[in-house]
Amino acid sequence: MIKKSNRNWSQGLFYGGSVFFLTIFAAMAFDTVLSIERRGHIGISGLQPKLIQTIAKGKAVWEQNNCNGCHTLLGEGALFASELSPLYQRYDGNVEMIKAIIKNRPGNSMQGSRSMPQFNFTEQELDAVIEFLKYSAEITTAKWPPHQEG
Amino acid sequence: MSLQYHSQSVAKLYFFGAILLFIIQIAFGLIIGLQYIIGDFLFPDLPFNIGRMVHTNALIFWIFLGFMGTAYYIVPEEADTELATPWLAYVIFWLFFLTAAATLAGYVLMPYAQLAAITKNDLLPTMGREFLEQPTIVKISIAALLSAFCLQIWTTIVKGRKTGINVAIFIGLASTTLLFFIAFYNPTNLILDKFYRWWIIHLWFEGTWELVLTAILAFVLLKTTGTSREYIEKWLYLIAAMIFITGIIGIGHHYYWIGAPIYWHWWGSVFAALESIPLFMMIVFTFNTIYHRHHDHPNQVSMLWLIGTVIMTFIGGIWGFIHTLPAINYYVHGTQITSAYTHLALYGSYAIINLAMISYSMPILRGYEANSERAQILEMWSFWLMTIAMSFIAIFVTIAGVLQVYMQRYTDTPESFMAVQERIVFFYWLRELAGIIFVIGILTYIISFFIGRNRHHDHHDNHYHNQVHNEHAHHEHNQHY
Repeated sequence: MIKKSNRNWSQGLFYGGSVFFLTIFAAMAFDTVLSIERRGHIGISGLQPKLIQTIAKGKAVWEQNNCNGCHTLLGEGALFASELSPLYQRYDGNVEMIKAIIKNRPGNSMQGSRSMPQFNFTEQELDAVIEFLKYSAEITTAKWPPHQEG
Repeated sequence: MSLQYHSQSVAKLYFFGAILLFIIQIAFGLIIGLQYIIGDFLFPDLPFNIGRMVHTNALIFWIFLGFMGTAYYIVPEEADTELATPWLAYVIFWLFFLTAAATLAGYVLMPYAQLAAITKNDLLPTMGREFLEQPTIVKISIAALLSAFCLQIWTTIVKGRKTGINVAIFIGLASTTLLFFIAFYNPTNLILDKFYRWWIIHLWFEGTWELVLTAILAFVLLKTTGTSREYIEKWLYLIAAMIFITGIIGIGHHYYWIGAPIYWHWWGSVFAALESIPLFMMIVFTFNTIYHRHHDHPNQVSMLWLIGTVIMTFIGGIWGFIHTLPAINYYVHGTQITSAYTHLALYGSYAIINLAMISYSMPILRGYEANSERAQILEMWSFWLMTIAMSFIAIFVTIAGVLQVYMQRYTDTPESFMAVQERIVFFYWLRELAGIIFVIGILTYIISFFIGRNRHHDHHDNHYHNQVHNEHAHHEHNQHY
């Protein structure tokens, strides 16, 4: 039926190559995970437990309202609205102003232009999501984004 | 010509389900494309993020339905046996289709936060990440159904003849299923969240799905060109090897800017460059096999889809590569360039390989060797309309992306995101027009199902049968490969 002779080496390359490169990948992934924790991102030394809780809550707000469905975060997500990791910097750290903008959407935005929907966030939700975005900006990203406009 | 095994016929159901979701995907694509131009179109009833979720999730659901239907068609024929527990395939279809329909309806009918609350996302938060927006309960359903499907395929394969095509399609689908389980892990640490999310998305698009694509390519070429199995499967294994050798570490090109170690810049670049090797091999394989074919198969249009797949996949690969080196990616990451690439690659690879498989198998599932010439010509029109439209979508969005990169990031006086969006709106208009051409293409495709159901000319069929009847007899003639 099926001649094995000729198929064998290409089959060998498939299994051997896959296992070999999976192994390398596993080693690199292991190192990456360790180095992320070494560099003191969330859950480690730099942050107080209370702040971590706020960030976690902010991430939940971010996810449960599908913010990523319009905005990018560290360049990933939909491309309909601005990159949000430099949000805090973009408004010179003026948290009240950021909150006011989110609260007043869509407000009297111009006809035919895009607007963020009204999400009816509570004060705590707003504080949490802003804290989460602030945290995202503190990640060492090889200096990305190129500009605070995102 | 009729089916070799009765249980293969379930594939038809999967293919119809897939085409239906494909239509929904395109309809919502048109809506969100228009929202890029008229920002408040359907606002606030259908905010952009909802429409986009339907657009991308419908894609994932229909590609899965297409792949499952494909496996139900190919595996019994390759294994030379009926499907194990054929009724299970019907149960899986309806549950999967209901899951998909309920998910998309849930997105449209209520605010996402409400959907999260109703489905108790707090118990195991997995929602709200790009392409993984499905409620946790939906993810559980998908994972369970895909697992049941893989077990059924596995049971069928082990009781029958073991061929390279079956092994490849099984490894592709089983690893796709396994990777999906990572979707249940959602760490608070944003870097880790993003790090693991790519294990699903990247390893699907540039790994396991690509393997399924190659297996389909091999199967249809085997059936339509009369080339020896030995030759086909040697290529299949070679391409599959190169897909995993280059694609696994190629994941590094997603790790440049998320806080992962800097060595991924090097590994990601090198392996992303190598990722085009298997794509090029697919072209060589397909053209060689068709050039040296032993007979002309009456189903010409399925050949067109296959050639379209390998060429568009390669072009998609080029689009991916040109924006993947860190020095360039630094500027283009998260701009319309990404969108241009995704459209080209996902249509050019996974949409049209499924349409190729449907094109090859649907006539047989309906009882004929091939569709009438009229139907085939119409289907060829649909191929060109959709493929050219999508190419133009990619070109227009690329231009929009280049302008966006320049005005928003590269120039000395960067402008704000929204200011730039207003400046490039002209190209969103052009993209929407190309989208309308795409819709005409998909309508043409649907119409081709309803005309000329009569079988292909009998004399052609007989001629073909004399030549192809026995795969093993041919085997002897093909030693020169």
